Amino acid sequence: MSTRGSGTPRVAGQQSAPVSFISGTDGSIRRRLFLSRVFSWTCRFVTYAALAVLIVLLAAIIWSSVGRLAFDFVYNPNSSNPIKAGMLAGLWGSFWLILFTALFSVPVGVGSAIYLEEIAKDSFFVRVIKTNISNLAGVPSIVYGILGYTVFRSLAAVLKVWFDGQHAFNILGLFRLRLLKLPIYEDNILVGALTLTLVVLPTVISAAQEALRSVPSSIRVASLALGATRWQTIWRQVIPAALPGISTGVILSTSRAIGEAAPLIMLGALTITTMVPGNIDSPVKLITRPLQVLHAPLDQFTAMPIEIYDWSKRPDPQDRFTAVAASGIIVLMLVLLSVNAVAMVVRHYASRRLKW
Amino acid sequence: MPAITSSSVPPSVAGVDRNLDMSAHPAAIQVNGLDFYYSEHQVLFNVSLTVPERSVTALIGPSGCGKSTFLRTLNRMNDLIEGSRCVGQILVEGQNIMDPAVDVVLLRKHVGMVFQKSTPFPKSIFDNVAYGPRVAGETNRSVLADLVESCLKKAALWDEVKDRLTKSAMALSGGQQQRLCIARTLATNPRIILMDEPASALDPASTDRIENLIGELCANYTIVIVTHNMQQASRVSHQTAFFYKGVLVETGPTMKIFTGPSEKKTEDYITGRFG
Repeated sequence: MSTRGSGTPRVAGQQSAPVSFISGTDGSIRRRLFLSRVFSWTCRFVTYAALAVLIVLLAAIIWSSVGRLAFDFVYNPNSSNPIKAGMLAGLWGSFWLILFTALFSVPVGVGSAIYLEEIAKDSFFVRVIKTNISNLAGVPSIVYGILGYTVFRSLAAVLKVWFDGQHAFNILGLFRLRLLKLPIYEDNILVGALTLTLVVLPTVISAAQEALRSVPSSIRVASLALGATRWQTIWRQVIPAALPGISTGVILSTSRAIGEAAPLIMLGALTITTMVPGNIDSPVKLITRPLQVLHAPLDQFTAMPIEIYDWSKRPDPQDRFTAVAASGIIVLMLVLLSVNAVAMVVRHYASRRLKW
Repeated sequence: MPAITSSSVPPSVAGVDRNLDMSAHPAAIQVNGLDFYYSEHQVLFNVSLTVPERSVTALIGPSGCGKSTFLRTLNRMNDLIEGSRCVGQILVEGQNIMDPAVDVVLLRKHVGMVFQKSTPFPKSIFDNVAYGPRVAGETNRSVLADLVESCLKKAALWDEVKDRLTKSAMALSGGQQQRLCIARTLATNPRIILMDEPASALDPASTDRIENLIGELCANYTIVIVTHNMQQASRVSHQTAFFYKGVLVETGPTMKIFTGPSEKKTEDYITGRFG
């Protein structure tokens, strides 16, 4: 029992002492107000402390990049000369990787989320899956790298033998590639993208599940009561209502793959290369060189984080590659920021079609 | 001695004759010996009820008495609840809807439902009303436009929304949203409309409009309405069924239930002694 409150406790039938609302007239309130201020200042401090560290980091990176960061950095190939070294191969490698990662992970991830949230009946098995999806999101990406090496790279090695030999398989025009003497590699873009798909899939599924869960169930019930089938209800009501959430969640979790280096190094992605997948080094060639586009997914690659890693550990007497690595980090962050911006725009347009 | 006299029962809405003789009307719904379970928990006990065609049947009773569950068995919305189980016979238009061969999608098209909370879809007013016909396969724009207009007129909403059919249904007031939901249900061309406390979240003026609407609709549709508001039950219904603890205690013409119920329990509930 605390009677430290505002004076004595009131007793029925007894007139209580007059109350003062002037600040500072009650000791206990002063003490509680003080604690409240301490708490809010502590929270403010930790927030700004984190922000300060981030600003210091950014400033340090921008400072280090001085001497290399220029427009030619994004269209120069890698080089042993730090003044000339650029990120072209990494940018294109990451582009192809993220493209195929999205192509693989979006249908599988969104489909799984729809199954788990909308279709599956509650059973022990389904509950085990649901619980473990979030556990999978916590698995270190290097582990997925080993898995990708074991499964996808081995599979690619088998296919490579088939296509480099005289076997008569001719799916996807791969035979034509061989005729043109375009080499097929086992550490190719597709293997990297499949591995990155494993990395991001749990997050993609969780994001899509979250978006589906936020659709009020009254919409589903009302749709079913109007004689819609379950499929019509999902397709015409639930997915449109969940689309802003699904698309942002999916874009943001897929963009995680842009920054992943560990699983790709595991797969044997090239570190020092001037080579661009499929030899496509400008957006125009995406349209004008269809055969090279077809070749790109089966070509070797490097990626932005791998190049950054390589530059930052390269021995150089004058530390001249530090500026190159810092420039690489800035480009990588700009790419990530623009993906996030795309996610915001997509969210805006997807929710405008809804009429909440 | 009846606790209430006929003069203390509020006047009915236009179109509802509360002294109607049930036996003269063919049955739209006939329920025989219905038991209902949520997992092991039984919520309905041997319920038998006949709903005459083109009439309003009000289901009343205290919270948790099973009246909403009963209503949802009539278009098998309870199927959505995992672990629910139903025993007995429900004949809708003479067909047993508990037959495994029954297509619930077709059943729900003919037995429409309006919920307590209005649930417009986050789409335009037009798309809300056109949803039922569209999922049933109607794509002709002018057919849909005519249907939307006639259903909004039947639901007494047309004049208020005819200039903003492409605007969001979410911008309508609560009472308008509920009438929109009724129009949306009418658009599937049902024969029976189930209403689960359709006015309990509305202000008195909107409630009044919904009640008058029920009076108009019952000329063409069979309506079963669950309500907590006994005044409302007495105003809008031909017959009233009183549920208590999962048992259908009494059913009869509304005037009789409200002025001379044969069961003590019904009288106690009507007069407000419990519930």
